Amino acid sequence: MDDKMIDLVVTSSPHIRDKVKVSSIMWDVVIALLPALVAGLYFFWSLHTLGIVIVSIISAELAEILGAWMFRKPVSLKDFSAVVTGVLFVMVMPPSSPYWLIIVGAFTAIILGKWIFGGIGSNPFNPALVGRAVLMISWPALMTTWKVFPHIIPPHGVSANAVTMATPLNVVKLHGFSQLIAEYGTKAALYKALFLGNVGGSLGETSALLLLIGGLYLILKGIIDWKIPTAYITTVFVLSPIFGRDPLFSILAGGLFLGAFFMATDYSSSPITSKGRLWYGISLGFITVMIRVFGAYPEGVMFSILIVQLFVPFFDKILPHVYGHGKEVKS
Amino acid sequence: MKLFTFKPGGVHPDEMKITKDRPFVQMSVPAVVVVPLSQHIGAPNTPTVKVGDHVKIGQVIGSSTAFVSAPVHATVSGEVVAIEPRPHPLGKNVQAVVIKNDFKDEWFEPPQKRDLDSLTKDDILKIIREKGIVGMGGATFPTAVKLSPPKGKTIETLIANGAECEPYLTTDYRTMLEFTDKVIDGFLVEMKASGAKQGFIAVEDNKSDAAEKLENRLKERGVKNVEVVLVKTKYPQGGEKQLIKAVMGKEVPAGGLPLDVGVVVQNVGTLKAIAEAVLEDKPLIERGTTVSGTAIKNPGNYIIRIGTPITHIIEQTGGLTRKLRKLIFGGPMMGLAQSTVEVPVIKGTSGILFFGEEALEMAPQDESPCIRCSRCVDHCPIGLMPLLIDHAWRRKDMKLAESLNATDCIECGVCSYVCPSKRHLTENIRFAKQAIIKQRKIEAAKQAAFEKLKALREKQEKEAAEKAKSASPSKEKGGKENG
Repeated sequence: MDDKMIDLVVTSSPHIRDKVKVSSIMWDVVIALLPALVAGLYFFWSLHTLGIVIVSIISAELAEILGAWMFRKPVSLKDFSAVVTGVLFVMVMPPSSPYWLIIVGAFTAIILGKWIFGGIGSNPFNPALVGRAVLMISWPALMTTWKVFPHIIPPHGVSANAVTMATPLNVVKLHGFSQLIAEYGTKAALYKALFLGNVGGSLGETSALLLLIGGLYLILKGIIDWKIPTAYITTVFVLSPIFGRDPLFSILAGGLFLGAFFMATDYSSSPITSKGRLWYGISLGFITVMIRVFGAYPEGVMFSILIVQLFVPFFDKILPHVYGHGKEVKS
Repeated sequence: MKLFTFKPGGVHPDEMKITKDRPFVQMSVPAVVVVPLSQHIGAPNTPTVKVGDHVKIGQVIGSSTAFVSAPVHATVSGEVVAIEPRPHPLGKNVQAVVIKNDFKDEWFEPPQKRDLDSLTKDDILKIIREKGIVGMGGATFPTAVKLSPPKGKTIETLIANGAECEPYLTTDYRTMLEFTDKVIDGFLVEMKASGAKQGFIAVEDNKSDAAEKLENRLKERGVKNVEVVLVKTKYPQGGEKQLIKAVMGKEVPAGGLPLDVGVVVQNVGTLKAIAEAVLEDKPLIERGTTVSGTAIKNPGNYIIRIGTPITHIIEQTGGLTRKLRKLIFGGPMMGLAQSTVEVPVIKGTSGILFFGEEALEMAPQDESPCIRCSRCVDHCPIGLMPLLIDHAWRRKDMKLAESLNATDCIECGVCSYVCPSKRHLTENIRFAKQAIIKQRKIEAAKQAAFEKLKALREKQEKEAAEKAKSASPSKEKGGKENG
């Protein structure tokens, strides 16, 4: 036998691996976010809006390089996880945010949200939400100023010369649900606006429809577990009417769909077992409704996710049934 | 037909069954065969021939008196030229009998036909043992031992394993298709030997033609208590534990055997070998094997003599198409990568896969950090937490690994397969498992030594006390007060 034809390597089984890589997962998340992001750019169109999206992504990448350098780890831009954080972060920011605020937030998200815990896979919170939470506490006025954009004006809402307006959840908090319906004429018109996304709010959170499409894409591709968004949204839907809130409005308004499909499903800050994810989703829904009803903030998605993610080590203790250890035999 | 499957977990890799439509071809016999003395799980055999002996096909060349063992037979006629350690597919060098083929093809005993009705249960078990039959799906557990349950346990159900869930492999498929009656014969022999009342032949639904053929033949032959069941094409459907769960809806208790739930699972290739051993008096001297992969010119299914070196197989199938970088015995999910082409085909060789440079991309070795995606958890067919056991192993926290049931791992490879960070989960869990089992053995030995010492001391104390008692009873009283 010709020895030049043989040069054997010995590795442990399995000898084949799935094609799915960290980078392919991250790209799929970006693809899933695109429809809602494009819709956001359309509803809140100005060159500035496009500008902050680009600045956010670039800042996140630069922060990733800085983080890797700070913690003496290899720079791994090629896993695209920083792109995901950059996109997610800008999608939860007011469309009129100044550039400097985006830069501060993106760096906070990557460094404080991820690198100080050890980088990818080690963050206990969703990094984008850490960035947003810090800005929310530091510059509350900037974070709650909603500029008027032509596409999002309700038919009977804001006066013609207004510069700023309130988000639907804000209107409900300050003036009640009937006032909001009045602005849109009918309940159906309000639902339609919330579903399509031509309402005030953060850049990428307004279109429930497009977020749902993106979320379903991730579920069908096996990238996220349907249990988290389903349990989260269902809990909000069921719990809201108990506190006198319209259930459909409660799930369509605010950042629930973005939070349920894209934020709460962040791998390293969500539970690793199937049963744990179910309870995690239910807890998220509960805390969100509590904040919306009893809290000072009109919206509760961000803080509920940050709070419940603290309990992930607990949810991780809800282990699956192990074969041959009694009970559970169905097949 | 109802489709059975196991839950949770499992994966469906590309099937790559490129040799599916290639019937078995008898491979030529090599000039020299290397027959390892150990080709089964259990006690190693000692040679029963010496260098210089002339042996004939079917002659026993190695055996053991241990219960868990299976003899090996000469697979060619010729002269024993060496008995020495040779490379073995399981990794280490193992004592092997090297026979130079005289190409006379002489049989030690002329084969004779037997009738199943004339044989008793014990006769069958004796023949299966003498003919060296072991599990041919890869586990190589001696079949006669598997069919002899310890006291208090009975075999109620037999499952023939025709799932063949590993990619590339088509040995079992071709066996079911081409040796349908032998598989059924073997099954009936086994039913008789085990006293089982019902039987299932489980076939994955990507081989439904084989299932249909089996079913038709069973009907034509009027076999009543054996049922062909289709199982979903999903890896590791052919894992013993998964197959039992899929077909019977039962779980084998942790650390136990299928026997604990009254079941024995047998690979269809083994059934063919059983039929040939019992009804045709033929020892296990050859087997059907899939030769496949990207680096071999003529992939196919071949019937190959045990002890045939890989070099011979490469030559006989037209050579390599590219530089050989990986040689796998078994399937790509659980098979063993070989370090040399000198290794011979053994009884458990269900497939031989040849890959070129692309093998390195098929299983990238560079790991990236765990992102906690929990794919490994969601796909584990046992319900383990592979990422956590992996963490425990890396920190050498064996107590934690043990509490996470690392020893229940079946090493199917699914966790490593699905990991997007390409972490070596299966490998590390295997290490953890071995470490735990080793530690348990040490603990057991310690405990045994302690018990022995304790018994010895008690005996000594008793003797001393008796001595003291007989010497002076008053002293004992004083001793008690002090104590």
